[in-house]
Amino acid sequence: MRLKTSPRHNLGDVVFKYTTMIFALIVLSLILLMGYEMYQDSKPSILKFGWSFLTGTTWDPVQEEYGALPFIFGTLVSSAIALVIALPLSIGIAIFLSELAPPRLERPLSFLIELLAGIPSIVYGLWGIFVLVPWIRTSIEPFFSRHLGFLPIFHGAPYGFGMLAAGLILSIMVLPIIASISRDVLKSVPQTQREASLGLGATKWQSIRLILKDAKSGILGATLLGLGRAIGETMAVTMVIGNRPTISYSLFDPGYTMASVIANEFTEATSSMYISALIEIALLLFVMTIIVNMLARILVWSVTRSTR
Amino acid sequence: MSITPFVPSWQYYRRKIAGATMLALCYLSAVLAIVPLVLIFFYTINRGVSYLNLDFFIQMPKPVGEPGGGMANAIVGTLVLVATGSAIGLPIGILTGIYLAEFGNNKFAYFARFMTDVLSGVPSIVAGVVAYGLVVVPMKHFSAAAGGVALAILMIPTVTRTTEEMIRLVPHSYREAALALGIPMWKTTMQIVVRTAFRGIITGILLSIARIAGETAPLLFTALGNRFWSTSLDQPIGSLTVFIYDYAKAPFEDWNNQAWAAALVLIILISGLSLAVRVVTRSKFVQR
Repeated sequence: MRLKTSPRHNLGDVVFKYTTMIFALIVLSLILLMGYEMYQDSKPSILKFGWSFLTGTTWDPVQEEYGALPFIFGTLVSSAIALVIALPLSIGIAIFLSELAPPRLERPLSFLIELLAGIPSIVYGLWGIFVLVPWIRTSIEPFFSRHLGFLPIFHGAPYGFGMLAAGLILSIMVLPIIASISRDVLKSVPQTQREASLGLGATKWQSIRLILKDAKSGILGATLLGLGRAIGETMAVTMVIGNRPTISYSLFDPGYTMASVIANEFTEATSSMYISALIEIALLLFVMTIIVNMLARILVWSVTRSTR
Repeated sequence: MSITPFVPSWQYYRRKIAGATMLALCYLSAVLAIVPLVLIFFYTINRGVSYLNLDFFIQMPKPVGEPGGGMANAIVGTLVLVATGSAIGLPIGILTGIYLAEFGNNKFAYFARFMTDVLSGVPSIVAGVVAYGLVVVPMKHFSAAAGGVALAILMIPTVTRTTEEMIRLVPHSYREAALALGIPMWKTTMQIVVRTAFRGIITGILLSIARIAGETAPLLFTALGNRFWSTSLDQPIGSLTVFIYDYAKAPFEDWNNQAWAAALVLIILISGLSLAVRVVTRSKFVQR
């Protein structure tokens, strides 16, 4: 026997379903729209410079010559510094939160880490200019050039503003993301894994190492999410990196990133080719972060879903 | 038959020591994570609080050289921008969340969910560039509306995903009970399920407002900034964050100090929102 529902009810359901679906479609098409919009706006620059835009090192608005390599370099190097510093710390925090901390400590600490993630980028930047940069100039850079000055990455005058400052501030900013997602990933490893290894006589740390092995791809995903944030971070980096489009091996030297060149020069870009080149950088940034985030989500999902 | 006593081998000590060292490092990193948070809060409160007075909230910015003045226009500007962003972003986000939670077991929904997560990773400056192309270029001038569009793009993923998660937490028995009474599906969703998940949805809204209230990069070339009083969506508008940026870069100590005061206001606002979220989520259905 089939249930009879009145047609009026059915109509309401159908309308409701498709109305909400249209909104889901809007969200979905938003990404396409964003990509299309930037592609259209950057067409003059794409047509004029082609692939050499990615390898060119000259950024000269007067001569209308644009190459984005210094910015790509700056973005990659500052993000790499951030990950090198933040990753071990984040994994330590994640282990602490998921395996070691009593619930009484875990909840407030998780909240503090959420707070750290919630501080606006501009406040990090303000703090960077007035606290971090002077500290780097007077303490960190002299220390490194005294003890490790023979390495090319520690050459140059201690100026404060530069790649090192950008990397440090980025590491503080990506830490809460990597830590909180890694914690979720570790927590999704089944309890039986811990019991099994501890039951065989493993020490706490040996048991944690096995759990880390299970959570490996999830932690990699968390790291990629952190990388995505570091690549796109704008204000804090713009305020401390020094904003000079050069490629230098020294961490003390000023640099420039893709996001910060857009933030700095967009409003003062007068010619249409200048704006077009800046939008092409935005498009590159967009594509980079989309790829990184897709990989990250797939990795994180694969762990937190399959074990649930 | 004798019982051999337990004689620890060197491997035993090695793994004990290695374990203790690594655990100690984990504790240490948890402590280290708090250091920057404490430092940032300490400096912002310390430097901001002495320049925070009534004038800051009710006065307009003064020209260079004249001491005093406030950021009344920027505070109102931030509110206008957040309200505009919310007016566009919240309905889209909430309805998408409802769709994903209630009808979300098909390929399209999986893809939409995935792309929403990806969208949340798009840099805020990119949202600004897009809003510039979509709104500023056709209008031929910078405007609060353009800033609102940029902020809406940024808040949609957060609202969508929290709405979905919160609706999913509503027990199935609620739906079944309502449907058994002959209430149509859509009424069940809107009046039973969404109402039950209401507190959770509010959480998502607060979280997303906290996210966009602190945004600077997408406003730089959409809302631009404005030293004068304006609440018009058609005109450039000032915001706390852009003021902090301009005042932090300026070589005037008075302006730098006001930047700290503005940062303090912003931090209080955003921490207050996260605290509100904590309080709201202590309800029945949102236990984590």
